[in-house]
Amino acid sequence: MKKTVLNEAHRKAGAKMVDFGGWDMPINYGSQIEEHHAVRQNVGMFDVSHMTVIDVSGREATDFLYKLLANDITKLNTNQALYSTMLNHEGGVIDDLITYKISETSYRVVVNAATREKDLAWFEQQIADFDATMAEQADTAMIAVQGPKAIETLQPLIALDLSQTKRFYATYNDDMFVGRTGYTGEDGVEIIVPSEAAEGLWNQLIEAGVQPCGLGARDTLRLEAGMHLYGQDMDENITPLECGLGWTIRKDNNSFNGAEALEQLREQGISKKLIGLVLEGRGVLRHDQTLIDADGKQGIITSGGYSPSTEKAIAMAVVDKQMDADSIQVQIRNKTLPCRVVKLPFVRNGKSLIEA
Amino acid sequence: MSYVPDNLKYTASHEWLEDLGNGVYRVGITEFAQEQLGDIVFVELPELDESYAQEDECGVVESVKTASDIYCPLVGTVTAINDALEDSPELINDSPYDDGWIFELELGEDADIGSLLSAEDYRNSIADDE
Repeated sequence: MKKTVLNEAHRKAGAKMVDFGGWDMPINYGSQIEEHHAVRQNVGMFDVSHMTVIDVSGREATDFLYKLLANDITKLNTNQALYSTMLNHEGGVIDDLITYKISETSYRVVVNAATREKDLAWFEQQIADFDATMAEQADTAMIAVQGPKAIETLQPLIALDLSQTKRFYATYNDDMFVGRTGYTGEDGVEIIVPSEAAEGLWNQLIEAGVQPCGLGARDTLRLEAGMHLYGQDMDENITPLECGLGWTIRKDNNSFNGAEALEQLREQGISKKLIGLVLEGRGVLRHDQTLIDADGKQGIITSGGYSPSTEKAIAMAVVDKQMDADSIQVQIRNKTLPCRVVKLPFVRNGKSLIEA
Repeated sequence: MSYVPDNLKYTASHEWLEDLGNGVYRVGITEFAQEQLGDIVFVELPELDESYAQEDECGVVESVKTASDIYCPLVGTVTAINDALEDSPELINDSPYDDGWIFELELGEDADIGSLLSAEDYRNSIADDE
């Protein structure tokens, strides 16, 4: 199994390790719920070194990313970050990713771990038409520091001035790259450092009182924040228009991969949508549970779980666009239980947004 | 090493049984089981007065990670359930052998007590996973 450079540090911190897409990663260090609350109320950190960092540069780097990504890379200011989907020619989602603009001719892209091989292959195939080059930054580690106290806790430990770095912007020097981004719905940063510097930074953060958090808390935090998980909430068999990611599709130009397929789909009519659900009553919503309304229209839960911040069972689901919001029921084992449709996100900056 | 009290009986599916006398046993899940599940957030209790066969699914424990069936360890009738778990499922994490008990079972006539594991047998059965 593949290991990040922080593997020993996790074991030292008492982590329970699991196989996550071929990586030996911490699921928790004790109580997943305590880790979740640490991020919502204070500060926690995650080893996300398994994610893949790709630097793209060259005269046509912008043109390449303008074709590759459905969102509009040309709207970025220097050091600004963009969340986008990357589509195949059928409009299906190959991956979702973050791109930081370093200069007019260079960008840093972070893609998911589980999709690394196919992403790299797709990048290589697509970049061939452009005067641009790509380089995977394999000898790096990545630590996400997240929570309302993330910035004030991290600032004294590093040379970069984070007070000038707005949300969804990055700052960097020769030692580290810090993006004010994350996957929790809280303020915080994602830090990329050379592999050999990772354990020192991790230990400094521990000494500063930052709670190490595993993939379990990462999942409940991102679900509460209404953020998609690739492979669950979307994949190559669904377009962004059908799973709540239409906002990542630029409107004013159709030259990106998959644009024609999306246009055709719009003309034919979009039949699915993504909704947020809260279970009325007791139980836990889970991935793959089926939904049905009074007219027999159907849907499926793509991500579900217990939400520690709201103490309710919550889910994201892809359903028939005509589904009746007032009569949705979920099948859990041998029971059928009512669900309520709510707006996403469920939680933002530590507060539940679910109406009573 | 998870705590496995000597005075209890066990199943391979990680239930424990405490002999309360008069053919009644209290049932819960072991410390090892709750550790494997992680934070428990929901318990579906067995039906009071319902009779179950040995190894029948009679309830569910759901953690942040997964849902896990509770199996009836012996044939019998449920005579008590721990209602406190409805509001405080975390009692199973905090006190698996005490406040986190799940139900009480009055054994049927043909209950096969000999099929249960001793504390030592159960310790051996989980040793490889610890």
